[in-house]
Amino acid sequence: MIVTINGQETTCPPLTTVLTLLLHRQLDPTTVVAENNGVIIQGEAFATTQLADGDRLELLSFVGGG
Amino acid sequence: MNDLFDIGGKHLQSRLFIGTGKFADDALIPEVCEASGSQVITTALRRVDLDATTDNIMQHIPKRMTLLPNTSGARNATEAVRIARLARAMGCGDWIKIEVISDSKYLLPDGYETAKATEILAKEGFVVLPYMNPDLYVARSLVDAGAAAVMPLGAPIGTNRGLRTEEMLRILIEEIELPIIVDAGIGRPSEACQAMEMGAAAVLVNTAIATAIDPLAMGRAFGNAVRAGREAYLAGPGATRTLASASSPLTEFLSGAQA
Repeated sequence: MIVTINGQETTCPPLTTVLTLLLHRQLDPTTVVAENNGVIIQGEAFATTQLADGDRLELLSFVGGG
Repeated sequence: MNDLFDIGGKHLQSRLFIGTGKFADDALIPEVCEASGSQVITTALRRVDLDATTDNIMQHIPKRMTLLPNTSGARNATEAVRIARLARAMGCGDWIKIEVISDSKYLLPDGYETAKATEILAKEGFVVLPYMNPDLYVARSLVDAGAAAVMPLGAPIGTNRGLRTEEMLRILIEEIELPIIVDAGIGRPSEACQAMEMGAAAVLVNTAIATAIDPLAMGRAFGNAVRAGREAYLAGPGATRTLASASSPLTEFLSGAQA
């Protein structure tokens, strides 16, 4: 299936959860917040949220700023 | 000096807010927090770079700090609200600095959109600190919208040009009941001190500290300046006048004393 992650079309295996995606990308889930099709996903919901073909996923984290 | 600054349910001892942008090395941030005495620190929220391993800014922010994420990147109220909700979902509190900017040359804030975002987020329980032009009517609309403080600019972001908006800041301090936190443009500790002497409740400094040759020493200097300015404000500065007024008595001079 194809999921658009931060604007990039990415192929993911079926049944991929947000958590498995984060771990696969070597991202620390405690430093990331996600928004899938405009719905915020945080913390424990990473493990229970399965991605579907055509999803638009945004992964964000804090950076330096004023 | 027991002079706490109450905001968003917190009692702050320091009236210096600092930012985390533009540091040559983010590892300096904990030392700058320590040296400056600051208790509130800003961050931004951005897309994770999926092609590179990036440093996690949060590992450099001491746990004692209150996090003030900003909505930089928002061009209208809808985007600011979206960023604010995502920032809160990070689980680091409910303070938010509203920043709505669609002008890339001077990075001036959009007062109308800022007020709209402030109203929505205040109703959702955020502690909303909007970045704004020092305009009395915008400030009043932010008060009505439920802001916890207003953050007028001294000069455009990152310019280090000081209190170019001094007269307008003075009017806000006089007319607006909420704390006035001068944000943006402060380039020198003397300017932070001046803002505090004028009666600002606090100042937010990022560029001036982060881009100093020695950010740690500059953080300490700003901490001292903000304390000095606040103390001077509380002490009540004497009146200014045009003509001289002798500090020594003008009577009982020695007679005939000529060189």
